[in-house]
Amino acid sequence: MTLPYRPIALGLLAIAFSALVFQRAQAGGSHYYPPVSDPVVKEECGSCHLAFPPSMLPASSWKRMMGELTNHFGDDASVDPATAKHITNYLLSNAGDSGGRRESDKLLRGTSPSKAPLRITELARWVKEHREVPAWEWQHKEVRSKANCLACHAGAERGDYDD
Amino acid sequence: MKPHAHKQPGMLLLAAMLALASTTTRAAPRDELLAGYAAAAKTADPAFAGFSAARGDAFHRQSFAGGKADTPACTSCHAKDPRTSGRTPAGKAIDPVALSASPGRYADPAKVEKWFKRNCKDVLGRQCTAQEKGDWLSFMISQ
Ligand code: HEC
Ligand code: HEC
Ligand code: HEC
Repeated sequence: MTLPYRPIALGLLAIAFSALVFQRAQAGGSHYYPPVSDPVVKEECGSCHLAFPPSMLPASSWKRMMGELTNHFGDDASVDPATAKHITNYLLSNAGDSGGRRESDKLLRGTSPSKAPLRITELARWVKEHREVPAWEWQHKEVRSKANCLACHAGAERGDYDD
Repeated sequence: MKPHAHKQPGMLLLAAMLALASTTTRAAPRDELLAGYAAAAKTADPAFAGFSAARGDAFHRQSFAGGKADTPACTSCHAKDPRTSGRTPAGKAIDPVALSASPGRYADPAKVEKWFKRNCKDVLGRQCTAQEKGDWLSFMISQ
């Protein structure tokens, strides 16, 4: 009986490779934005649209947004004060400019936190990354909104914006 | 035989009570919600004669002019057939709103009220009446 060495070796190589890629993603490769892991934030900020990764905006933006939830892009997204406090804490401690996070290759480059932008889709870097997306694609009935990241980034719920 | 005949009614009663207790704990939040809406509907209109799933079905599909232009009806986001999934304008999928397809729904009155408040404003440009809420819920619970 002969053991199929080659397939095993190839298999191990594949596993090692995907582990490496995964590690790079986890360590902050440019396509990975850790998804929301808090169940309350997922429920309250993830029913109307994708629960956007907190690292895509600076802390000042989240603070501003949480202060005006009754008029949230024309919607009433308000929650009770205890829940609001919980969400704010989570967003602030995971914001793109908090806790020595690497932001050089991230969406916040070229954005001044003092402006507290409310839209990820209006960040200079986001606009640049999407400049080649044709107009008809934004208007496609499966897309409809720039905030519909999932329509084009199938891995968005896992924090993966690679494709 | 005799001792059994004595015991059995007691056992049956106990079993019945347990069954009753378990169904009431499961149904309670939905029944309480409906009872609350019924009381409010009766206050608003003394002629109120109970909720109607058929009216709820019609309300679910009706187009209104008072709300936002891109969401004239409940079915702008929830599916016409409530046993299938819906979708928000920002592309997020919404689980079916029919109770049979999403058995966990309507067990949290605060959640139900939160979304009636938001969605009625979007669709009708005003709050839904207790009668409208009760009809809509009755329809979803019957589906
Ligand atoms: C009731 C629905 C609703 C809820 C709940 C909600 N949002 Fe939104 N949100 C919207 C809408 C509508 C938009 C605008 C989407 C568009 O432009 O298509 C939006 C846009 C956003 C954007 C900007 C997206 C962009 O264009 O870059 C962010 C960031 C955001 N929401 C964060 C949150 C956070 C944080 C919460 C939880 C506190 C939350 N949202 C809860 C409806 C909601
Ligand atoms: C209409 C389709 C579409 C939508 C909607 C969309 N994107 Fe993109 N996105 C693209 C394309 C195309 C690219 C360029 C891909 C590339 O260069 O590999 C891209 C690139 C990116 C990148 C850079 C990835 C990299 O390669 O470094 C990020 C981050 C990103 N998008 C985030 C988002 C977020 C967040 C949203 C929602 C708020 C969103 N996108 C919505 C199509 C879309
Ligand atoms: C703009 C999109 C939108 C429209 C229009 C809309 N809904 Fe909703 N609705 C949602 C979202 C998003 C949720 C929360 C997600 C979930 O529960 O799966 C929700 C949840 C609900 C809930 C809470 C369900 C629960 O499990 O407790 C009720 C009740 C409800 N909607 C009723 C209505 C009624 C009645 C209408 C029409 C008057 C309506 N909705 C129109 C988006 C919408």
